[in-house]
Amino acid sequence: MTATQAAPGGVLGQRLLRKEDPALLTGEAQFVADLNVPGALHAVIVRSPVAHARILSVDVSPAMSVPGVVAAFTGKDLEGEWAGPLPCAWPVTPDMKSPAHLPLATDKVCYAGDGVAVVLATSEYAARDGGDAVAVEYDPLPAVVDLDDARSDRVVIHDELGTNTSYVWELTPDQAAVDAAFADAAHTVHGHYVQQRLIPSAIEPRGVLVIPQPFNGEYTLYSATQIPHILKVMLALTVGVPETAIRVIAPAVGGGFGSKLNVYAEEALALALARKMRRPIRWIETRSEATQATIQGRGQIQDIELAADAEGRITAVRVKLLADMGAYLQLVTPGVPLLGAFLYSGVYDVPVYSFSCTSVFTNMTPTDAYRGAGRPEATYAIERVIEDLARAVGVDSAEIRRRNFIKAEQFPYSSAAGLVYDSGAYEQALDRALELSGMDGLRAEQARRRESGDRVQLGIGISSYMEMCGLAPSRVLASLNYTAGGWEAATVRLLPTGKVQVVTGTSPHGQGHETSWSMIVADRLGVGPEDVEVLHSDTAIAPYGLDTYGSRSLSVGGVAVAIATDRVIAKAKAIAAHQLEIAEEDLEFRDGAFTAKGTPERSMPLGAVAFEAFTAHNLPDGLEPNLEASSHFDPPNFTFPFGTHVCVVEVDTETGLVSLRSYTAVDDCGVQVNPLIVEGQVHGGITQGVAQALFEEAVYDEDGNPKTTTLMDYLVPAASELPSYVTDSTVTPSPTNLLGVKGIGEAGTIGSAPAVINAICDALAPLGIHDMAMPATPERVWRSISEARGEEAKGS
Amino acid sequence: MIPASFDYVRASTADEAVQRLSEAGEDAKLLAGGHSLLPLMRLRMATPSLLVDIGGMRDLSYVKDGGDSLAIGALTRHGELARNELARREAPLLAHVAGQVGDPQVRHRGTIGGSIAHGDPASDLPAACLALGASFVTASPRGEQTRSADEFFTGFLETALAPDEMLVEIRVPKSAGATWSFQKFNRRAQDWAIVGVALARNGSTRIGLVNMGATPLRATAAEDALAGGASPAEASSRAGDGLAPPSDLSASAEYRRHLARVLVRRALEEAVAG
Repeated sequence: MTATQAAPGGVLGQRLLRKEDPALLTGEAQFVADLNVPGALHAVIVRSPVAHARILSVDVSPAMSVPGVVAAFTGKDLEGEWAGPLPCAWPVTPDMKSPAHLPLATDKVCYAGDGVAVVLATSEYAARDGGDAVAVEYDPLPAVVDLDDARSDRVVIHDELGTNTSYVWELTPDQAAVDAAFADAAHTVHGHYVQQRLIPSAIEPRGVLVIPQPFNGEYTLYSATQIPHILKVMLALTVGVPETAIRVIAPAVGGGFGSKLNVYAEEALALALARKMRRPIRWIETRSEATQATIQGRGQIQDIELAADAEGRITAVRVKLLADMGAYLQLVTPGVPLLGAFLYSGVYDVPVYSFSCTSVFTNMTPTDAYRGAGRPEATYAIERVIEDLARAVGVDSAEIRRRNFIKAEQFPYSSAAGLVYDSGAYEQALDRALELSGMDGLRAEQARRRESGDRVQLGIGISSYMEMCGLAPSRVLASLNYTAGGWEAATVRLLPTGKVQVVTGTSPHGQGHETSWSMIVADRLGVGPEDVEVLHSDTAIAPYGLDTYGSRSLSVGGVAVAIATDRVIAKAKAIAAHQLEIAEEDLEFRDGAFTAKGTPERSMPLGAVAFEAFTAHNLPDGLEPNLEASSHFDPPNFTFPFGTHVCVVEVDTETGLVSLRSYTAVDDCGVQVNPLIVEGQVHGGITQGVAQALFEEAVYDEDGNPKTTTLMDYLVPAASELPSYVTDSTVTPSPTNLLGVKGIGEAGTIGSAPAVINAICDALAPLGIHDMAMPATPERVWRSISEARGEEAKGS
Repeated sequence: MIPASFDYVRASTADEAVQRLSEAGEDAKLLAGGHSLLPLMRLRMATPSLLVDIGGMRDLSYVKDGGDSLAIGALTRHGELARNELARREAPLLAHVAGQVGDPQVRHRGTIGGSIAHGDPASDLPAACLALGASFVTASPRGEQTRSADEFFTGFLETALAPDEMLVEIRVPKSAGATWSFQKFNRRAQDWAIVGVALARNGSTRIGLVNMGATPLRATAAEDALAGGASPAEASSRAGDGLAPPSDLSASAEYRRHLARVLVRRALEEAVAG
């Protein structure tokens, strides 16, 4: 396949405003909570206030006397409703341990937020009052919140497993080579990093509404989900409703960042209760509830070692990971570390590689995929520890990267971990980022501030990243024990009036697929993007699909749309040739019309062909009516976007406050369909990485009580905390798909956290400070400075 | 928002409001801008049986020249106070602080009376009132009463207000000639201060502290040192003396004491320079 560059004058590459936005901005778009169904019962889940306890009793009878309450059930009451446990689709090893996980706990609660009962009422107020009235007796058990403590099995959370270790997963192609590389190394460096837990905080919390159809045993389920198709299959298996009786619709969905890439207890409960009560069931998550009942991200302790020769060329990478699964395995919980497992060598030409991960259960909310899922963690580790290598070798941050980059001419590049990187030009992105950030002037200012002992010190941090996205080649998923494929489906049909209808299996929740898919189709068909309708996120309309996550939608789903479009053109060409009485090979398709080569007056516009295909009055023998084609595209490889970010911080050395002074991002996601959407993804992505570096942490006390249960305590940064980002891009097409696209949804998040922390460490390097835990709160930075200065922290 | 159930009445005069409070007992609450009370009700940390809505009393929204002092109606919203010309001229510290509370939405709804009556040590305006030597006029079935800011804040989220008493006016001595500084330290612009310092220098120096104890309070040790002739550096080193600031997710008590010292010094430097 050859990659296509955006053609000048074509639709691809234009900065079109998003089709989706008017409805979202005017409130016309309907989210789950906006759906008003007469007769619906509102569900409230009674959740455990303690992290680990045996359930002695659950008495729902007090709820029944609350006006408006219609029914209330304990976990035991509903045990018979389940055909299977809540699903984990990624048993990463044959002996992986996974506890039975029912939608409501029956004997034990394993995290604060674990559901123990559900109350149904005619209003959400009555349901909440009823929930408050339910009486639960707990026999508290010691809580496990520390990963080393978890691994020690001092307290075993799931008795039936006999251990807190879920699995150990190894990727060491050549142990002897690893040992030899470290034995022979001129330099070795070691980094120990904590990836704190993060709360995804989509602007719309979760919600589900199930409407039972009165006569035929079917259900329509609306959910704020990223994965209507996967959800349908999994709920059929969990609740025991035939797949043919479930229609899942994701209406307008307000973001997910991976947190809605799951099959949740409330979705299963709503379906089971709709079956049991024969009434619509509605559950809407509150913001505080979302801090406990929705999966959390990260939660890893990383140890990374580099071996290098005397010039600082890395000869081996060795990584040991301890990963926090939380209390249960959700849909892809155990797979998250694996999505990073191959990437700890980053953008560097590393011949020898070793990775192992031990994953443990704790008494905290389950973890799962959160924007980047494994890849931000991997990037953080390598981009932090390479700074130590630079210092050991005595070269600067840019030079150590240049010495180790995989060179442009080495692509496609086979990594020691076993991947084949499609394309890249890493040094070019670094050069551009350094140029845009004004590095020379910054270094001069930094020197002046150091010289004068300014209380505000300047720091400059670089992060060069790559990632794998476009999940995923199905055969690769098979080798990783994932239980589904990675293809995506699309159907393109021309309607009688020449308008175009696209059905996609992706499920956008903020990404702008309606706009981007319209542009792909419009560009190929020569119609306007406004003439293209994109249907999605409803399993009755788009029966095939594997949904939206892992920066997969464009490079898998968008490519499927392009392939289906080309198939439509091929069929249209046969009809046009027949009607023009000319051989197909003598026709060319340009500007939305089939035209005879050399005789432009013999031409037939696509719209006319569409109408002929519809009437079917005069089609070639044997050709079926209508212009419609589908594609089920299974990508031959992942795609590998990359880039370099440069972050400049000011550190107030008296208070420890870190302020972002500027942020420059040069990203390469291959060919860009709509640069405006690319920049939006980059801006949001950077902000989420900055948030991890400076602001956000899901805090638990030693008893497993969550402390960050409102947005007053869990600090999601806003525009006032951030500078205007400088963004630019290079374009290195992916050779593995016909659009040359790679994906951009997670890149910003993957590149940004290490850039920020590297900048802080750069500012404080004269004090001998070379590491800073995340989030770099003012107090944490102040304490580091105080310790470095050998001062007793005064006061107390 | 799913609060517990409550009754709701609107009052159109202060007398009517305190009458309602008096009838309902301790479980009744006044509702003004709602920016302190409603978040607590949302989490069911506050479950008042009756809300007496005084938000419609626009006649209690004003800034008037009261001779030696400014008279500010209790229902004056933060945004209105921040933009008011008279306040900006005669009580520039207070007008500035009003413009730093929360975010534009909070400033559009929140009222100065609500902020003071809530008595939150993390709020900015009470500290400014302490620094400015403000006094508070209240109404109750027993008539009108005036208390100084220094005697108003009695405990954590507790004030001298009786359950049937309503704050109606804030009086602030005019301070057009004074120098001042407000230092608000936080991680996000919209948040409460981790520590804040409101400082007014008009002959003597008064320093109000935000989030340095159970109540809005003054840095008396630092004030005394200044009165005794100490330099800004010496005086600020005593900014945390005798105080028991909270330890929470934002900051430890130790770090808050450190911040108080740094911020008081910066405030003094700015006020002297100004």
